[in-house]
Amino acid sequence: MSISVKNISKSFKTVNAVDDVSFEVKEGELFGLIGPDGAGKTTIFRILTTLLFADKGTATVAGFDVVDDFKEIRNHVGYMPGKFSLYQDLTVEENLTFFATIFGTTIEENYELIKDIYVQIEPFKNRRAGALSGGMKQKLALSCALIHKPKVLFLDEPTTGVDPVSRKEFWEMLKRLQQKGITILVSTPYMDEAALCDRIALIQHGKILQIDDPKEIVKHFPTTIYDIKAANIYKLLLALKEYKHSYSVYPFGEFVHYTDKREDFNPQELQQYLEANNHQNIKIEITKTTIEDTFMELAK
Amino acid sequence: MKNNNVIEVENLTKKFGDFIAVNAITFEVKKGEIFGFLGANGAGKTTAMKMLIGISKPTSGSAKVAGFDVFTNTEDIKKNIGYMSQKFALYDDLTVKENITFFGGIYGLSRKKIEEKRQLLVEELGLQNIVNELVGALPLGWKQKISFSVALLHEPKIVFLDEPTGGVDPITRRQFWEMIYKASNNGTTVFVTTHYMDEAEYCDRVSIMVEGKIEALDSPKKLKEKYNADNMNEVFLKLARG
Amino acid sequence: MKRFIGFVKKEFYHIFRDKRSLFILFGMPIAQILLFGFAITNEINNVDIAIFDKSNDATTQEIIHKIAASKYFSIKQHITNEAEIETVFQKGKVLAVLVFEKDFKKNLTKENSAKVHIITDATDPNTANSITNYISAIIGSYRQEINKNVNFEYQIETKSRMVYNPELKSVFMFVPGVMTIILMLVSAMMTSISITREKELGTMEILLVSPLKPFQVIVGKVIPYIFLSIINAIVIVLLSIFIFKMPIQGSLFLLALESVLFIITSLSLGILISTVSATQQTAMMISLMGLMLPTILLSGFIFPIASMPLPLQIISNIIPAKWFIIILKGIMLKGVGLYFIWKETLILAGMTLFFIALSVKKYKIRLE
Repeated sequence: MSISVKNISKSFKTVNAVDDVSFEVKEGELFGLIGPDGAGKTTIFRILTTLLFADKGTATVAGFDVVDDFKEIRNHVGYMPGKFSLYQDLTVEENLTFFATIFGTTIEENYELIKDIYVQIEPFKNRRAGALSGGMKQKLALSCALIHKPKVLFLDEPTTGVDPVSRKEFWEMLKRLQQKGITILVSTPYMDEAALCDRIALIQHGKILQIDDPKEIVKHFPTTIYDIKAANIYKLLLALKEYKHSYSVYPFGEFVHYTDKREDFNPQELQQYLEANNHQNIKIEITKTTIEDTFMELAK
Repeated sequence: MKNNNVIEVENLTKKFGDFIAVNAITFEVKKGEIFGFLGANGAGKTTAMKMLIGISKPTSGSAKVAGFDVFTNTEDIKKNIGYMSQKFALYDDLTVKENITFFGGIYGLSRKKIEEKRQLLVEELGLQNIVNELVGALPLGWKQKISFSVALLHEPKIVFLDEPTGGVDPITRRQFWEMIYKASNNGTTVFVTTHYMDEAEYCDRVSIMVEGKIEALDSPKKLKEKYNADNMNEVFLKLARG
Repeated sequence: MKRFIGFVKKEFYHIFRDKRSLFILFGMPIAQILLFGFAITNEINNVDIAIFDKSNDATTQEIIHKIAASKYFSIKQHITNEAEIETVFQKGKVLAVLVFEKDFKKNLTKENSAKVHIITDATDPNTANSITNYISAIIGSYRQEINKNVNFEYQIETKSRMVYNPELKSVFMFVPGVMTIILMLVSAMMTSISITREKELGTMEILLVSPLKPFQVIVGKVIPYIFLSIINAIVIVLLSIFIFKMPIQGSLFLLALESVLFIITSLSLGILISTVSATQQTAMMISLMGLMLPTILLSGFIFPIASMPLPLQIISNIIPAKWFIIILKGIMLKGVGLYFIWKETLILAGMTLFFIALSVKKYKIRLE
């Protein structure tokens, strides 16, 4: 096991930031912690990178205990904190050189590992980090976290606030790094990124809701979800919530995601109910379950 | 203003020296519409929105917001719009009640009106137990719901939302969108600036800005059809990557 | 070691790329010294005064002559009755009136004591104060002269403020104070800001997770500022010597050593501040309110400690700047050696050790 977390709890004053969390990450796995702001993701990262002590529980990273062998861990992990923004007044190359030096290595020594990523920003190596675009900053930050060839890479919300193009590129980079044998623990509030991980843990209010392969998680959703649409979405929402058989009603993009309490639900019946309520252009279709639906069901 | 448009923009342009941040954009937004204003970081969204809410003077072109000209009547515009941003929403060191009173006050609502609005808001959002708590102590989701309601206190014609739901948990986010649908159903126009593509899916129509220009403008459904994509994220990727 | 050098190099990049701070760092000492030296000065020159000599004898004439001969005063008029004192002040013609009592010489020779009143226009208290001091000083020197020739003492009460600053140049009194403030500011505020900036940026997390030792991070942060502070100290001393012709009486080597000691004191304070503040803003506020104000107000730089109320006098003892100013005045103005200032040096060294120990204890290798 590359990362092993057993019954970790941590509270700040009255808030239980992390509440009895356990999970394991295999060597070379791309593991995602998926949850909204305040779910406890950052606290877990800080405990694993030896920046915080847990109140309860034990954890190991790359075989080292996070409390007893913290110095070893500090030599073997790469970490990209959430609000990390590099040294704005240093150039791209100076930033990278600096991080190489403090980890006791050089850019040349581990160039092979970061090459894929670094070549994209190398043309700007004499530019100050502060003048880079969001996507380029992120690539530089990843290069800096990788420069000492870590065994385990911790990325805390690396894609927050980054535009879709850069996000996509970032995940492609992670996939390539994974092939080089690096274990990656990544956190994100975006449910759509969950599908890109090997396994995920859904987390909210410091508790893990479920851990599994993203495909399996979706498969285990207990019932069928229907996409429903009508001319006036707001009135549709109200009508569906009033419908006596409705189990869950959530706006979902241009549709409403609807589940029914009954096993033998007949959409035709609902159609009639809505028509009777003066709804127009009604459309009811079975839809694919998403991670987000599962999350909402578990968090309910 | 003719027909039903509350925002009319024609060839609106903003230059900073040689750099053209917003390049002759043209669009209109109808009353009660939920309009998504999308683009990557640095595409010119923020600059364009600043012109529309009357805090930045356009270089050229023309625009009317709530019937007022962005060149000459910016003070009237400010009275008729609401604004909520994810970065700044409410004062953390004031209670919910104090925030409501304060924001009602700066829009010139009478004491009686503020009191009335507050009671309504407390009831609708179920704030009975937290109305005297400091906003800083509330979860993010609550803050955002309250700040959206606060932006609507003075019954503006248009409400501008800047990345309203980033980072919020999925259920709260649905509740937030229900509030937006409700406002829109009541005739308030909702203008959402965002680079989160899943927020775009909820809008009636979206425009996508790339390098200062509006590259696409239609309903999410039609855009997905046109670009043969499953979701707005893919539409955006196809547009931005050329 | 290579890691450490890499770290220090990075710190220098930060400093030299921030042109504004750099300008403040080096512009400030120059501006302050010039400001105190030329503008905010206690020196007086050609002040108009009036004389009311009720005695009009040989002694008063001699004293008046001495005062008139100095470049500080010019005698504008002689008045002949009490009522006129009021009038000359109201017309604003003079800033002081010197009143010799009746039978001045007789009292001095027969009773060994004579009185002279110095009445000053106190609308400008600083100048009034200086005028009083200057006149007292002139009379005092006269008294010394006449006392040489007799075997008993004639009493004309004076103060002895002239002893170490015979030319009465106020800039000499300010140089130690300004130097203290600048060194304090550069060392403490700049270090605390530069450490908290890493916390704000989030880079501190990376540094903590790196194999770099906390002690290396701190020393690496401090070295550039030791360097800058030393340059600042040199600039101040050079300015004082060449622009204000201030002679440094004591050993330059001792001066340098004591300055380095005080720089380290301030740096350790800066580190201490950074351990308790999370943002650059807090660090700056604590440095300004907690260090700068006491340094200016309680160190004896502007307000003499002896004339403070007792509680403040006691508090002033914990202000490092107080001791450094005593040391500086000793070396610069009195020319004393370590023998006379070892006690102050020891106190400063003790404080430094205390602050370093405290900040090492408070410095966290983890987050809260």
